Amino acid sequence: MSGRLGIGLLLTALLLAGCWWALGQVHTGPVGAPFWLVICVLLVVAWFAMDRLASISGWSRLVPIMFGAWLLFLWEVAVIGFQVPRVLLPAPSAIGSVFVASLDMLRADFVQTFVRAVIPGWVMGCGSGFLVALLIDRSPFLQRGLLPIGNLVSALPIIGVAPIMVMWFGFDWQSKAAVVVIMTFFPMLVNTTAGLTQTSAIERDLMHSYAASYWQTLLALRLPAAMPFIFNGLKINATLALIGALVAEFFGTPIVGMGFRISTEVGRMNLDLVWATIAVAALAGSLSYALLAAIERMVTFWHPSYRRQR
Amino acid sequence: MAAAAIGAPHGANWLRTGRTLPVLVVTLAILAIWYAGAVWLNAPQVVDRYGDEPWTWTQLVEDSWAMDRPVLPAPHQVLAELNKTVLQTAATSKRSLVYHAWITLSATLLGFVLGTLLGILLAVGIVHVRTLDTSLMPWVIASQTIPILAIAPMVVVVLGSIGLTGLVPKALISMYLCFFPVTIGMVKGLRSPDVLSLELMHTWSARPSQVLWKLRWPASVPFLFASLKVAIAISLVGAIVGEMPTGAQAGIGARLLSGSYYGQTVQIWAALVMGSVMAGLLIAAIAWMERITLRAMGTKP
Repeated sequence: MSGRLGIGLLLTALLLAGCWWALGQVHTGPVGAPFWLVICVLLVVAWFAMDRLASISGWSRLVPIMFGAWLLFLWEVAVIGFQVPRVLLPAPSAIGSVFVASLDMLRADFVQTFVRAVIPGWVMGCGSGFLVALLIDRSPFLQRGLLPIGNLVSALPIIGVAPIMVMWFGFDWQSKAAVVVIMTFFPMLVNTTAGLTQTSAIERDLMHSYAASYWQTLLALRLPAAMPFIFNGLKINATLALIGALVAEFFGTPIVGMGFRISTEVGRMNLDLVWATIAVAALAGSLSYALLAAIERMVTFWHPSYRRQR
Repeated sequence: MAAAAIGAPHGANWLRTGRTLPVLVVTLAILAIWYAGAVWLNAPQVVDRYGDEPWTWTQLVEDSWAMDRPVLPAPHQVLAELNKTVLQTAATSKRSLVYHAWITLSATLLGFVLGTLLGILLAVGIVHVRTLDTSLMPWVIASQTIPILAIAPMVVVVLGSIGLTGLVPKALISMYLCFFPVTIGMVKGLRSPDVLSLELMHTWSARPSQVLWKLRWPASVPFLFASLKVAIAISLVGAIVGEMPTGAQAGIGARLLSGSYYGQTVQIWAALVMGSVMAGLLIAAIAWMERITLRAMGTKP
């Protein structure tokens, strides 16, 4: 075991040194065929280093990070080494410097799109989806009538309502929040209703024999059992909400917002800034997803999927 | 639920426990709300147009269902527009919605096929090579946090600047969107054979490729079809968004955008309905293929 670890760490150190050298080379001047040969060797070294580390518990968490860093490195080296035009694909280093230089603008865009449109829209859409699910849970007729339609609607290209919402609610964040509400409502409805059916008859009979009321059964048994499904809906909606708000901004915005920034800066061929905005969006999306996953872990710690596997 | 399935075809039971009646009632309710909403949303403009002239409520209702550029068109207006652009216009004309739907559909299908192939390839790699499992899987998940739909127009513009235009950029966006559910579903499906079956294959000293073709692949078919249904729907969304703000002249997305620019609400709604019908048909086609495949494999439908 320690031998594998030693080899893995040695290879990683070798890899880091090689990458450092390659970055220095590529930034100082044109590179030739021998340089790309070295990159190919580094590729093999990286593969073996990740292979060694992946087999050692505790170190295997490093592997995805290494893989990501390796991708960024390849991106940087390839873009600069092959002199890919900046308009086509800017280098990560260029994106990073633009990111730092335009922090204020990015913050304003983030507030307009994420804080003003995505979060209220997500809360309203998920909240109303949840409440309607509770409502139709009491009526089997509505459940049989509304659920097939709900399933159908969640498969439709709902993003197309964006122009209509912009016409109804104006250019500002309200129309974006409305798009988000519509996009997040049905996934939440379908997931919550599916979750509420997750208890077995024997558990419900037990609650019945305790003379528990509908609401007591709901709060003590059925809602906790529905939590994995509810969180599934919440997580799906976290990404849907961001996409909905960004796409809705293509149909008209005030001169601030992440979708607006992406579409105008593409027009000016200012791709560094576009990629910086994409980085903000990806970061915001990943962080909200991770936050929800962490809360889910706390709430549904009992679920089989969190037991140690293998 | 079991009772509903058993009692479904029998007369009165069909009404009491089946799905048809509830769905019908809810659909009618939605239509009623739609008509009422059309009056409520359009009335201010109609009243405004009347000015000082006297008007009656019937007149108001009728006029608000027949506006040229309504805030919310009534269902029959959308149907009339669909009738005009689908049935009354030749399918090759640029005014025909069938023409636009075909443009979008071709990009959707190409992207769907490419994405499915990529997703299956990635899944086979992930299941067989441990290093790919640990290094690639987290990035397959992370790749979906990039809001590709939001940057789809940029992808189209950038690919256009290196000479790739038309079908391919939209198909690439669809591919990026739909490889993810296929990969996730197939990894789960290829791992679904139980240990007993795997060990049985081992005692027969089957090669990994034999295990893949004779055991893992058949076991993953139900997972594959579940993923395909999701994938085809988002593939369509990808193609539509790819057509939006890129100066695309044709396609459902271009219709939505031009309708939004010129305030043609009826056109927007007709395009929206067309997209929805396409999504429904595509999913139904996948479900049909699923039934045929499962029956051919001997599984109960």
